[in-house]
Amino acid sequence: MTVVKADDLALTFQTNDGPVHALADVNLTVEKGDFVSFIGPSGCGKTTFLRCIAGLETPTGGSLTVNGMTPDEARRSRAYGYVFQAAGLYPWRTIAGNVRLPLEIMGYSRAEMAERIARVLELVELSGFEKKYPWQLSGGMQQRASIARALAFDADILLMDEPFGALDEIVRDHLNEQLLKLWARTEKTICFVTHSIPEAVYLSTRIVVMSPRPGRITDVIESPLPRERPLDIRDSTQFLEVAHRVREGLRAGHAYDQ
Amino acid sequence: MGLVIAALVLWGAGWMMNMAIAASPRRTTLAARVAVPVIFGITVLVMWELLVRGLGVSPIILPAPSAIAGAFAEQTHTLWLDFRQTVLKGALSGFFIGCAAAFAAALAIDRVPFLQRGLLPIGNFVAALPIIGVAPIMVGWFGFDWESKAAVVVVMVFFPMLINTVQGLADTTAMQRDLMKTYSAGYWQSLFKLRLPAALPFIFNGLKISTTLALIGAIVAEYFGSPTHGMGFRISTEVGRLGLDMVWAEITAAAIAGTCFYGVVALIERGLTFWHPSQRSG
Repeated sequence: MTVVKADDLALTFQTNDGPVHALADVNLTVEKGDFVSFIGPSGCGKTTFLRCIAGLETPTGGSLTVNGMTPDEARRSRAYGYVFQAAGLYPWRTIAGNVRLPLEIMGYSRAEMAERIARVLELVELSGFEKKYPWQLSGGMQQRASIARALAFDADILLMDEPFGALDEIVRDHLNEQLLKLWARTEKTICFVTHSIPEAVYLSTRIVVMSPRPGRITDVIESPLPRERPLDIRDSTQFLEVAHRVREGLRAGHAYDQ
Repeated sequence: MGLVIAALVLWGAGWMMNMAIAASPRRTTLAARVAVPVIFGITVLVMWELLVRGLGVSPIILPAPSAIAGAFAEQTHTLWLDFRQTVLKGALSGFFIGCAAAFAAALAIDRVPFLQRGLLPIGNFVAALPIIGVAPIMVGWFGFDWESKAAVVVVMVFFPMLINTVQGLADTTAMQRDLMKTYSAGYWQSLFKLRLPAALPFIFNGLKISTTLALIGAIVAEYFGSPTHGMGFRISTEVGRLGLDMVWAEITAAAIAGTCFYGVVALIERGLTFWHPSQRSG
């Protein structure tokens, strides 16, 4: 089943310095259960594309459907959970309170809220931190809480915009591993923006390589790696081959003489 | 002369004591933190008493603290009546009406951007009106009793409260607003779950500024006509009768009332915005 389908998608921002072509000729389909990473240098439109899928930006050309609907309809039917670059937890709410936020807005019953909060906090290994405030936790824990918040309601799609970009490598490895387990357990479709090649290769079933000016897709790589991935798979030849191809794609799309 | 020397000696002693406490290793204990201002206050009061007596200062220029305390104790009933008239009726009702009206106006301005260009300049204009000019007009409109004082207070607190609330409601990040959008939250849900909590530190700034403005407004407005009680009325008539000890007793009562008023608002703020970096400890 196709979850995201983009045909000749384009988005041009009108600025005072003339039009900026954030996205041009983007063609992509994401199937249910895929883990798709978007990688590219800054300005390649990877975040913009994710925001288009979320209905936070409106494309200026081509067509884009999410679950067969327009992105805005999908947003209003609460089709996805979105994880931002920063955790963005509300400091006046506890961890449990932050996870409860979308549930309150969507009108879940009290009992169901409690059940879901307990379940997703267990999923991201934050059980026991319900009553803590975000500013009492480390950056990695805050980001895990924000993932729990995105998982709390029944969205089949998880959109993640460089969620681990601000974290150190050790925490990042750990969270990547947890994310794969979580993906296996929940069978969600994940779109993941990153600028880290190892992260993209380790996580994804498909890697979308993008390049800037205008933002466009230069390569789509189907990962030959198995779904079950221990951390040391990153030393296998297969992994290195994929990483190499991603690097080549980035180099071809990105003019370094600029 | 002896009393003046005693005052200077006392000043030296008080100074030395506070220096000693400030330098001692136990300076962070609660007892030390309470003792320092208490010693300072007592030193100032006793010095005041000794100097006024020693130098024979006229009670019209500066009454001794004992005379002020005497007037305070003797006239408690009058002070209570004045307090009820000025603080409880004039200042507090004006404060609540003014702050509530400003809050509602801020919500309206926030909802309808058109009003932002229309209402804010008017609010600014009203805030620039001198209280000396507004008070007689309000007395003319609302009569001599507390209603006109409350009206002056409303005019005084409206603008600072409005500006702070408008600014507070705008104090959310793009990411926080996007998050609400991904949940497809409505206007009221965003307001109650995101924007009002985020605005609380600003709202409390407005409220705290308004507490002092309310008291000033209610007292000063009584200079322009009032029934025969009220703190401003008492101050202006006692000055005329050279009853300066009573003037000082009223000032003391006003200072205590103002401090308590501010303190209560600050305590509520602490309870509600404990999460804000300015309030949280460690």
